[in-house]
Amino acid sequence: MHALVGENGAGKSTLMKILYGMLRPDEGTIAIEGHPAALHSPGDAIARGVGMVHQHFMLADYLTVLENIVLGAEKLHGIGAKARARVREISDAYGLRVRPDVLVEDLGVADRQRVEILKVLYRGARILILDEPTAVLVPQEVEALFDNLRDLKAEGLTVIFISHKLGEVLSVADDITVIRRGTTVASVVPAETTARHLAELMVGSELPSPQTRESTVTDIEMLRVRSLRLTATDVDGVDRAVLDGIDLTIHKGEILGIAGVEGNGQAELVEAIMGMRDPDSGQLTLGGQDISHAPTRARRESGIGYIPEDRHRHALLLDAPLWENRILGHVTEPPNSRGHFLDPGAARRDTERIVTEYDVRTPGIEVTAASLSGGNQQKLIVGREMSHLPRLLIAAHPTRGVDVGAQAQIWDQIRTARSEGLAVLLISADLDELIGLSDTLRVMYRGRLVADADPATITPQELGSAMTGAATGHLEHPTDAPGEGR
Amino acid sequence: MKKFDKERVLLAIAAPVLALIAAFALTALVLLATGKEPFSAFGVMFEYGAKSDSQVYILNKATTYYLAGLAVAIGFRMNLFNIGVDGQYRLSAFFAAAAGGAMDLPGLVQIPLIILVAMLVGAMWASIAGLLKVYRGVSEVISTIMLNSLATAFISYLLVDGKLGVLDPDTNIVSTEPLPASSHFFTIPTGGDLDPVWGFIVVAVLAGLAFWFVLGRTRFGFDLRSVGRSEPAAQASGVNVKRMVVTSMVLSGAMAGLVGMPTVLNDTHQFTADFPLGVGFTGIAVALLGRNNPVGIALGALLWGFLERGANRLEFEGYDKEIVGVMQGVIVLCVVIAYELVRRYGTKRQQQRVGAELAAQTVNLTKREVAK
Repeated sequence: MHALVGENGAGKSTLMKILYGMLRPDEGTIAIEGHPAALHSPGDAIARGVGMVHQHFMLADYLTVLENIVLGAEKLHGIGAKARARVREISDAYGLRVRPDVLVEDLGVADRQRVEILKVLYRGARILILDEPTAVLVPQEVEALFDNLRDLKAEGLTVIFISHKLGEVLSVADDITVIRRGTTVASVVPAETTARHLAELMVGSELPSPQTRESTVTDIEMLRVRSLRLTATDVDGVDRAVLDGIDLTIHKGEILGIAGVEGNGQAELVEAIMGMRDPDSGQLTLGGQDISHAPTRARRESGIGYIPEDRHRHALLLDAPLWENRILGHVTEPPNSRGHFLDPGAARRDTERIVTEYDVRTPGIEVTAASLSGGNQQKLIVGREMSHLPRLLIAAHPTRGVDVGAQAQIWDQIRTARSEGLAVLLISADLDELIGLSDTLRVMYRGRLVADADPATITPQELGSAMTGAATGHLEHPTDAPGEGR
Repeated sequence: MKKFDKERVLLAIAAPVLALIAAFALTALVLLATGKEPFSAFGVMFEYGAKSDSQVYILNKATTYYLAGLAVAIGFRMNLFNIGVDGQYRLSAFFAAAAGGAMDLPGLVQIPLIILVAMLVGAMWASIAGLLKVYRGVSEVISTIMLNSLATAFISYLLVDGKLGVLDPDTNIVSTEPLPASSHFFTIPTGGDLDPVWGFIVVAVLAGLAFWFVLGRTRFGFDLRSVGRSEPAAQASGVNVKRMVVTSMVLSGAMAGLVGMPTVLNDTHQFTADFPLGVGFTGIAVALLGRNNPVGIALGALLWGFLERGANRLEFEGYDKEIVGVMQGVIVLCVVIAYELVRRYGTKRQQQRVGAELAAQTVNLTKREVAK
């Protein structure tokens, strides 16, 4: 099992695309099982036993698992009973626990990922490439994935995986290659290195330490959520409360972190605060002003900045140039418009400023958002939201899929703004990030805030157990914490 | 950066040029297959299309097609497929002609009134599809197709002697009350014994300018385009997507209301049962050809007018005039395919360039580091 680590834009994805035949190298050779291979297309790669699991899943929601797996590979085992038997066989062999007849739409992220892996195995892959497979998973799911990967390795398969999470890399990889700015800077084995050393190799300099902090919390309320309740109709047509009895207050200068396994209502809470979902009952107050049912645009204008969880879906127009993306979400505010008319000149100039100040690596502002790497897209989004001096920032997984360098930069920006009085609602699956940044921690479980904790004393393990619903109330005494140790 | 832009212009021109060449080549093959000599057919079309009276004809036709193209393009820009432009413009033209025939006001008042009626009727008819989509989740494709049939039925019901129609005892044709002479739109004389160019071409140009300005330079236009590019992102940015669906349907319908106006105000001055049919569908083709861009749509509309003119002539020369229908279909297909190919190529080029420039920056950085 070989891990590839590096900053965003270091060239990891490009390298993987070359190995998978999506791009062609200008120079150099690739050898598979000792034979030089010229890969002109993903088809070539598959034929030679190289398969890829993408970071953004390539599944058709409205087809079943089986249909998704055989799609494009109908020639192998047909689409009927033989294919089903083969899927079962692979699933059992590697403990993937895939149910062939479920609609992909109804599957969670971890299940979808297993389908992707099975899809690749079904096509006969002996070498698996996984692009940031853990970015979307919670700690428990990560463990399950690693178990699967170890099974694959035991069967003689080769796994190449890309990750930002150095702890994981160290725990699971046999070899580690670090790349920076398109070249290999180090090849190490886990036994002879540490996470800090790896991180320094990646960014090429000493790491900024993220732990220093002093409280800037004031007693001026910025956001107040009272008895918020939101129901949604689930797949079986039953109305279910996805948010129930949510009470929270964020003060000026405070970062409130919400921990929780994904799918426990965090996304819905964010959407209710942003006005993308209308709550059934309860009250939202921003700086003393009732915004419970205000439209999204009014909320944004009154000073809510938003870094969404899924930047491709909610924060970017991928086909539009960067400067138009700079306007998105703030079209009614200067410098983007004057009165009812756009001001493209001013918007362009301001985009140039964001690109410089936030170190967005791009050749210009006329390129489309899609051509930037994920970390640079995120920097642009953070820059955009911060440029409008929000009073409240909603940051959902602000550093997901972002490299160490950019991560530290985004943390700094959030922290600086906090000391100037910004209130932040932080949602993250990265427990270290939550604990390191937050002034107050709450745990969300099945649509309720079930526990709170002091980030100064809590450990990720304690937080983890509360996330599964095992502990409630104020988490103070780490007595029931299972000492897993990472 | 400069080079970047030059390349983009080149790519933008490459697609339609490639498409036209491919379309002519394919049509030539079809002609050969029917046993006719292809190049003389093209020769006939070009020669005939270049004549002065043909040019007037083409301009007048293109005026109508341009407006239809714009109406469709408003929907396309927001990812709505308004197939109902056809029904919308016929119903609009019918009511506008009926209203115009019933009034006898000075032209300065009456002509804008007639146009207003047309736009209102079109907007209302289209809004049905918008509201159905927003409140009942009905696809606008289905509802607008059905509204087209309803419009046809509605017109035949009302266009009878004694309702909104009058029977001409000489010709035995039912039409709406003819417009008073004061409501005839101005024309642009072309000299000699040629037909004049319809004055409504001025309105069409203004509509194109408005289209460009509203979509490209206003907050509203940005919101509309955002929805077209990504609905969830637009929603998160604060656009009320549902309201935008209805609004853009209404705008598309209002624009469709203008489509019948050149014919009513400049040509027939009444609505008869043989009012031109299917212009809405031509609008779809023209909008596709012009990539929803006001200048592109104008070129598409002119091309369409030219092809139709050529079709009339081909018949005299012993060719089947249906060949032009084939050509039109082939052009639309080629254009759609060529644009997609060029778009993919462009995106790939751009990503490579971004990568190359970043690599170049890195090399410079490393050099500087080494120099230190």
